[in-house]
Amino acid sequence: MSDISIPPAMHKNTPRKPRTRILRSKGDYALEGFCVIFVGIFAVCCLIPFLYVFFVSFMSYNEYLANPLRIFPREFVLQAYRQIWGYDLFRSGYRVTLIITVGGTALSVFLLTISAYPLSKPHLKGRKFVMGMILFTMFFNGGMIPNFILIRNLGIHNTLWALILPGCISAFHLILMKNFVRITVSESLEEAAKIDGANDLRILFSVVVPLLKPAIATMIVFNAVHYWNNYFSAMLYVSSRRLWPLMLVLRELVVEDTSMVSPVSQMLTAESRSHPFTLRMAAIVITILPILAIYPFMQRYFVKGISLGSVKE
Amino acid sequence: MDSVTEKKDARNRSFVYFWTNRYLYLLLVPCVVYFIVFNYVPMYGLVIAFKDFRFSRGIMGSPWVGLDNFRHLFGLADFYRVFGNSLMLSFLRLVICFPIPIILSLAINEIPFLKYKRAAQTMVYLPYFISWVVIGGILVNLLSPSWGIINLVIRNFGGEPIFFLGSSSYFRGIALVSHVWKNAGWETIIYLAAITSINQELYEAATIDGASRLQRIRYVTLPGIKPTIIILLLLAIGHLMNNGFEQIFVIQNNSNLQVSEVFETYTYRLGLVNGRFSFAATVGMFSSSVGFILLLTANKIAKLLGEEGIF
Repeated sequence: MSDISIPPAMHKNTPRKPRTRILRSKGDYALEGFCVIFVGIFAVCCLIPFLYVFFVSFMSYNEYLANPLRIFPREFVLQAYRQIWGYDLFRSGYRVTLIITVGGTALSVFLLTISAYPLSKPHLKGRKFVMGMILFTMFFNGGMIPNFILIRNLGIHNTLWALILPGCISAFHLILMKNFVRITVSESLEEAAKIDGANDLRILFSVVVPLLKPAIATMIVFNAVHYWNNYFSAMLYVSSRRLWPLMLVLRELVVEDTSMVSPVSQMLTAESRSHPFTLRMAAIVITILPILAIYPFMQRYFVKGISLGSVKE
Repeated sequence: MDSVTEKKDARNRSFVYFWTNRYLYLLLVPCVVYFIVFNYVPMYGLVIAFKDFRFSRGIMGSPWVGLDNFRHLFGLADFYRVFGNSLMLSFLRLVICFPIPIILSLAINEIPFLKYKRAAQTMVYLPYFISWVVIGGILVNLLSPSWGIINLVIRNFGGEPIFFLGSSSYFRGIALVSHVWKNAGWETIIYLAAITSINQELYEAATIDGASRLQRIRYVTLPGIKPTIIILLLLAIGHLMNNGFEQIFVIQNNSNLQVSEVFETYTYRLGLVNGRFSFAATVGMFSSSVGFILLLTANKIAKLLGEEGIF
């Protein structure tokens, strides 16, 4: 029976034809063509704003004034960069952001790692309760005002801690990390270490952590980007300009300051060489530069981290 | 007698269990403390919605006012406008922005040239990593009526410059487009991961049955990623009340406030700008409760329809 019902060409032992050799109809080609064009246009749209900002930031004052529609500068000048870097608040914002990004990311990744490990043990008593407690925070929270009161009451208002602690352990990241630990760490490996007399702490730091490198890299990326980009915490919890992170400084420069008064124009009276527009674009470029610089290296990690970690329990 | 020893035994056993796993519990302590302090204490803090909160008196010491804050809130015309704005924007986002990453990931998956595909992916993930301040800054400057390049082009063609961000009619469009620009590419990662996990034999079987590419998408890929779509849809419904402070706040200004004021920015203005903490907390409590109820309802409906829910 079975010999008859399976056509010879499809028999298991016959080598499978490569997918590309499958005959495609006109419709298939049309679909492929459409996808290539659609994705291509979308991808280019993602990049255009960056390119425009980048080119304009290198334009000289005269060149921009002569033709504000010009996109590609005839010669690249660093005037706008020199001027924006000469702005004290911008430099201090850069420093604050660097500190909270490095410190916050280190703390966050450490806490995520040590918390995800016990939570990944299916048989640990009380684990379900803690997981429930963490999950619930993803769907209900106290919101802005009670958080503000909390930060005030903790006495960390107007300190760098107010920029580091809120959002330090994200429930979503913790769940990704926990799933990742469960997938990558085999119990037999831990058993072997246990027989060798290692306790859970030793196992975590000398056996498990080395296996978690991709997950840790993913978490470093996510948290660093979060700390670098966040301005909400600073708006709520920090009032002294000395502690302003870069994003608040940038907001004042490029979003709020559309009336052409205050910081930008003050800079202009001091050394009136760049156009406020090119100056703003330069500020944007300096702000996103670190992210653009590490982006090519982090891509393979975050894609893998998200894909593996988002597997449901 | 027996039951006493049994109890003692059980206590001993749980102590032994606890002691053998003491390091695991120790590792959990910071996490539990963190979630209590930074998530559950603020939830308790919501009681100020029923109080007349003053910093000098603290949460405990402030006098109860019952439902006064809620009564005041529900009698306010502003509240209905903000509620409408929040719902409208979220609804549009659900209808317009939610399907785009699905379409985009299906399209990415069909691209036959591997290098092209990789390059495109690298480009579409990038905007996710850019701060809303930067995106807002680019928007404000490109759309500016006096020096934005778009208005310069309009003026060059003899048109009247448009103050895009200052007009209510353009605000929602700008919010939606910038949301898609920043997030759509990123959201394809999860869908693409789901597509990769679909059994390849299904595609082969479909091809042998003479299915075209479009039919394979329709009958193999889409059903394969359906559970993922549903979970993300449920989460999106649970977030209908959240419009994202960071995005809205950077493109908001006095001239578009009529449509751009949403719960988050309204709470900020009431609480941190005007210092009406109790009233602002009332607004916050209202929006998070409605959001939570929406999520529970959507989850229930999904389960009734035979789908896997979030919980």
